[in-house]
Amino acid sequence: MSLGSVPLKYKISIDREQCMKCMRCVDNCSYGVYRVEDDKILIDSRKCTACHRCMSMCPRDAIMLQEKPVDYRSHPLWTAEAREDVINQARTGKIILAGMGNAIDYPIIFDRLVLDACQVTNPSIDPLREPMELRTYLGKKPAKLEFTKNNGDVELSTKLAPNLKLDTPIMIGHMSYGAISLNAQLSLAKAVAKTGTFMGTGEGGMHDAIYPYQDHMIVQIASGRFGVDINYLERGAAIEIKVGQGAKPGIGGHLPGEKVCSDVSCTRMIPLGSDAISPAPHHDIYSIEDLAQLVRSLKEATNWEKPVFVKIAAVHNVAAIAAGIARSSADAVVIDGFRGGTGAAPKVFRDNVGIPIEAAIAAVDQKLNDQGIRNEISLIASGGIRNSADLAKSIALGADAIYIGTASLIALGCRVCGNCYRGLCPWGIATQRSELVERIDPQVGSQNVANLINAWTLELSELMGAAGLNSIESLRGNRERLRGYMLDEGLLNVLKVESVGA
Amino acid sequence: MCGIIGVIDRTMARMDGSSIKKALGLMDERGSGEGAGYVAYGIYPDYPDCYAIHVFFDNLLEPKSDVDKILQKWGRIVHQEEIPTYEQPGLKKEHIPWRYFFKPYTDLMVGTTNPDDDNVKRLVMTINSNVEGALVFSSGINLGVFKASGWPEDVANFYRIEDYKGYIWLAHNRYPTNTAGWWGGAHPFNLLDWSVVHNGEITSYGTNRRYVESNGYKCTMSTDTEVVAYLFDFLGRRHGLPSDMIVEALAPPFWDEIDEMPEKQEEFMRTLRLTYGPALMNGPFAIVVATKDGIVGFTDRIKLRPLVVGENGARLYISSEEAAIRVMDPEVEKIYMPRAGEPVIGSVVE
Repeated sequence: MSLGSVPLKYKISIDREQCMKCMRCVDNCSYGVYRVEDDKILIDSRKCTACHRCMSMCPRDAIMLQEKPVDYRSHPLWTAEAREDVINQARTGKIILAGMGNAIDYPIIFDRLVLDACQVTNPSIDPLREPMELRTYLGKKPAKLEFTKNNGDVELSTKLAPNLKLDTPIMIGHMSYGAISLNAQLSLAKAVAKTGTFMGTGEGGMHDAIYPYQDHMIVQIASGRFGVDINYLERGAAIEIKVGQGAKPGIGGHLPGEKVCSDVSCTRMIPLGSDAISPAPHHDIYSIEDLAQLVRSLKEATNWEKPVFVKIAAVHNVAAIAAGIARSSADAVVIDGFRGGTGAAPKVFRDNVGIPIEAAIAAVDQKLNDQGIRNEISLIASGGIRNSADLAKSIALGADAIYIGTASLIALGCRVCGNCYRGLCPWGIATQRSELVERIDPQVGSQNVANLINAWTLELSELMGAAGLNSIESLRGNRERLRGYMLDEGLLNVLKVESVGA
Repeated sequence: MCGIIGVIDRTMARMDGSSIKKALGLMDERGSGEGAGYVAYGIYPDYPDCYAIHVFFDNLLEPKSDVDKILQKWGRIVHQEEIPTYEQPGLKKEHIPWRYFFKPYTDLMVGTTNPDDDNVKRLVMTINSNVEGALVFSSGINLGVFKASGWPEDVANFYRIEDYKGYIWLAHNRYPTNTAGWWGGAHPFNLLDWSVVHNGEITSYGTNRRYVESNGYKCTMSTDTEVVAYLFDFLGRRHGLPSDMIVEALAPPFWDEIDEMPEKQEEFMRTLRLTYGPALMNGPFAIVVATKDGIVGFTDRIKLRPLVVGENGARLYISSEEAAIRVMDPEVEKIYMPRAGEPVIGSVVE
């Protein structure tokens, strides 16, 4: 018995009058949508992923794409996607794999929060004419200043723990070499070096081409320990233990063997072409005290010279878990919301497990405040931050800084088609095929990413100035400057934000 | 927009309230007739070791018996009376101002090096958040706040502040925006030995409030000035920072300036900013804070509110307007404007 095919996802058509047969679409599509027969460009729409590579390269705007060209009988519960997933699984008996972030139409809390501005009673501050401070230090802070006084001379007894100094509270999250290409990673690394901030290596080790930017790299230790040795730890500006990630809380990372080329295999220290599947838990962390030991071990291994972050996925009990982490020697806790992107995740996890970052930031900030230790540890938020407004709202809800992932890839060309796990990314980002990787020029790519960071930084300055704030500390956790619009009372209470008009 | 003025006699010679009444009255156009107040230090020499607890009662029935009960449980009421007031045509008596002279039981407070202060602080927080119809608005030793909704002269005459003699006076004329002109919203704000008058709006209020609340304070008066008093109490009393260091924490130099400092000073300022980041106050403000040991005035980091200083011998004046200082002391010798964020400190000489 055959289940037959499911309808096309996208339909591609070419305006033949416009087309000049330059063949750029044929050359650029790595999924094989286009082929040439008898001087005619033929189209196989079934292979299209809506990555837009062909269209963006077409000099005549001759290519059209239509999403869902075939209608199903409409049904509110049995959506086309629900039906197709069943058909696929009936055919394969397998877990459905998906790329990028959560694709379910949950309400977006960020879009129900509005920011404040000054009028009359306090002047707004013009960042073009007045100082505006976005400098952010990530790491442990003392609870109290200790000093002695000798004849009026103040002698400081408090010694600061190592902190990362950021010129802007925007960092780039952990995307490993392997998940993304070296040229993509190089572009990001050059961009963070240019903009005075940091990025994560992901759990894929550090390629030696990244060494020149190591002072801006946060090296990750994940459950697979890929690429980890003392050389790796010592090169990082900070170390991050990845316990979980927002796109797939509760399970380990997954790099399909198709993407494990020889360079990736060397950097990760794994066999060529093998799937790199990290265990779900760290097998040396079965409890919070084990985590505290690992934090201390990593610090001991690096002379207590580097901050150690701990990244967890935003799950229901995130606040209590973060409070536990805050009690270890960890310097920052990273919370990754359920919209966080990924190269490959089981769809059922990507779409259904975890909580939104907005609620997670607020809950963690509140818990740490209640326990009087909020300022002693830094809070980094990630997972679905799309623009400077999301950034400002994250900080007002209590984050010290954010990680962006998807946004930085979009700056390199990504169109969020969600096929990263296939290793055929036509933009040269989520692939290891050299002919595709070469499509990114790290010089140009880094400028695009730096532009994005600079643009958000400028916008954040303007938003802060309008709110009468000239220092990022005064925005952090400042819920007074947020109002909820059409949020229910339960959520307002979690966010500790008042309604608009209140 | 509000008007503030403060004065200290560094030799602790006491002044009656008549001249500060005149000075504040001169700044009437900075207010709206909805709130004014005064605080004076050294006014209760007969009770030198009692906390003078000033309370607004809505009536003398339940709220008062509740407060009596709480105070009697945690200490001894040495003396209590209604604060004498004198009817003014322009001022509606909405509350009954009452004062207790109170000695807390030291041994009831554990886990602190400062049991009496912590006891009284806790009582103030408890009464203000739990007892309906009672608001403690002054709780220090040998000092008292006198405030109400009304014009400065009316409030001064209502309490007849010329009958009190103090070596430090702060006064405030309010133009309310954030909260209505209710009595509790008038300045000065006081907690224990700290009193604050403030002109401006603290845009970092949400952050500052979360910080003090996470350290055991409770903001009950729905106005940003309250948080300044708690920050001073927290940094000054609990963390032992001297006044100039508190000002450096609340209105620190910009990072660009810190980066240029000599190494040791740079390290100190960086450590201070990192430790007390959530205490940094943003937005336009000019503030004068008093304790029994002196007064300190300062503005926000870009000086969005006026602050003028005058000196004459042992007396130091800090005010929104030079004219107010000149009314108070026509002989004033030195008048100058402090820079943004620069603390102006007047300390008593023992």
